[in-house]
Amino acid sequence: MHIHSFKSCILPSLGLMLVAAPPANADPLLDGGKLVLTNGISSIEGASGGGLASWATIAGMETDRGVGVSAHVTGIELADYGWQSHGASVGIKDRVELSYARQNFDTRKVGAALGLGEGYRFNQDIFAAKVRLVGDTVYGSPLLPQISLGVQHKRSLDAAIVKAVGAASSEGTDFTASATKLFLSKSVLVNATARLTNANQFGLLGFGGANQTDRTLQFEGSVAYMLTPRLVVGGEYRTRPSNLAIAREDDAHDLFVAWAITRNATVTAAYADVGSVATFDGQRGGLVSLQFAF
Amino acid sequence: MTFALAFALLAAQPVTEAPQEDLSGVDWEKEFGVEKKVVDPVTGELPVDPYTQDPANAGATPFTGDSMAKAFGGQDGIRKIVDRLVDLNVDDPRIADIFKNQDLVRLRRTLFEQVCFILDAGCTYTGRDMKSSHKDLGTTRADLNALVENLQQAMREAEVPFAAQNRLLAKLAPMDKDVVER
Ligand code: HEM
Repeated sequence: MHIHSFKSCILPSLGLMLVAAPPANADPLLDGGKLVLTNGISSIEGASGGGLASWATIAGMETDRGVGVSAHVTGIELADYGWQSHGASVGIKDRVELSYARQNFDTRKVGAALGLGEGYRFNQDIFAAKVRLVGDTVYGSPLLPQISLGVQHKRSLDAAIVKAVGAASSEGTDFTASATKLFLSKSVLVNATARLTNANQFGLLGFGGANQTDRTLQFEGSVAYMLTPRLVVGGEYRTRPSNLAIAREDDAHDLFVAWAITRNATVTAAYADVGSVATFDGQRGGLVSLQFAF
Repeated sequence: MTFALAFALLAAQPVTEAPQEDLSGVDWEKEFGVEKKVVDPVTGELPVDPYTQDPANAGATPFTGDSMAKAFGGQDGIRKIVDRLVDLNVDDPRIADIFKNQDLVRLRRTLFEQVCFILDAGCTYTGRDMKSSHKDLGTTRADLNALVENLQQAMREAEVPFAAQNRLLAKLAPMDKDVVER
């Protein structure tokens, strides 16, 4: 009884305090001044982008005078596997992005078939950095996109198993170069990314293999159409190397809808297709991702 | 920093009340040699430093054809949108300070002319260029984003189709270097 009345009195006043909080621009480091969705959404590797692809965007809602942060959690249901990833990033002065993501890949019944045990999970940590070289996604000449360089250091946490599968290494580093532009005259956002990588299944199955040890040049393309300032639909395509002798790897693609529920919360739903994974073909299904950014 | 300074200044004030001079009658503009601007009785605008009038000052090549003008409801629609934009900016805590003590009568007129000119809705632009009209305003990228959001709201309220809204923004986006100072 006591607790109840305490709660019912403190909660509304807390709500009031939140409403009455001073304008965000009182703090120069957190003005929240970016245009909604121009921070992208967290890609599966943690870097800001379109979900599957890394873009030239910088995470967080801050402009060139602030330091922004974002966090995300993503779940994917594939035909035979489950995927969960989460992470956080910092966007410094709309110039540098630092991010971390953890990927957990559940082999479910396939785990038993592969002799790993049912529900065996492959896990990976990804530490990434990105720097914006020139340009702006929205402003400036339509001929000059926002261009960024990125590095993504990936560490599989299943070294013994990925090596047994035939991977040359359990750690690897991808290098990316991305160009992103919102063509306002067409309401279309386009991204193109070149990636040097030797990751097998994004790195979950290690790096390199009998077919190819070294990094090869791969491509990521995204096209998105703005329906409203807060609602975007699009598609992505990502080529991938096929380094392992025992299992073919296919290109991946997705169709997504991203909705900024508020300035700070974005939900993304996608249909994703990653092809064959560890000899099990036709891995496609639904992705849901939630991102909070400030 | 600023707080510490203000505090030091306050602390430096003598504690005992010094007899205060009555300053209410002082003409501070005159004391500091500020030139008084007189509102034009016809236009209601304040005078500005001389400049060369040129539609190119609008900073964008206009659309051709009448589809954009129609999407914005012609000159009447554009006037409503621009007035709403100025009202929103003046009330927006993020950027209101920048519009304080500015000639909003002139701003409403020149902004209307600019949008009307760019949309090919039958106006010419007689205002200053974007760089000189935003000099010393101290605007940031975040201020520009706030203004864009207000413009989007004004256009949405006027039911301008979203694709047409973006086509206008596409004409304004390349001006960012001129209207953002820091
Ligand atoms: C692309 C974006 C912008 C456009 C197209 C634009 C357009 C204009 C125009 C046409 C004028 C009047 C020029 C004249 O008096 O001859 C003006 C003045 C002004 N603008 Fe902007 N503007 C933009 C961005 C901004 C931003 C971001 C701010 C601040 C948040 C701002 C604040 C002002 C102020 C305060 C004036 C009056 C300055 C004075 O009278 O001295 N503008 N703008």
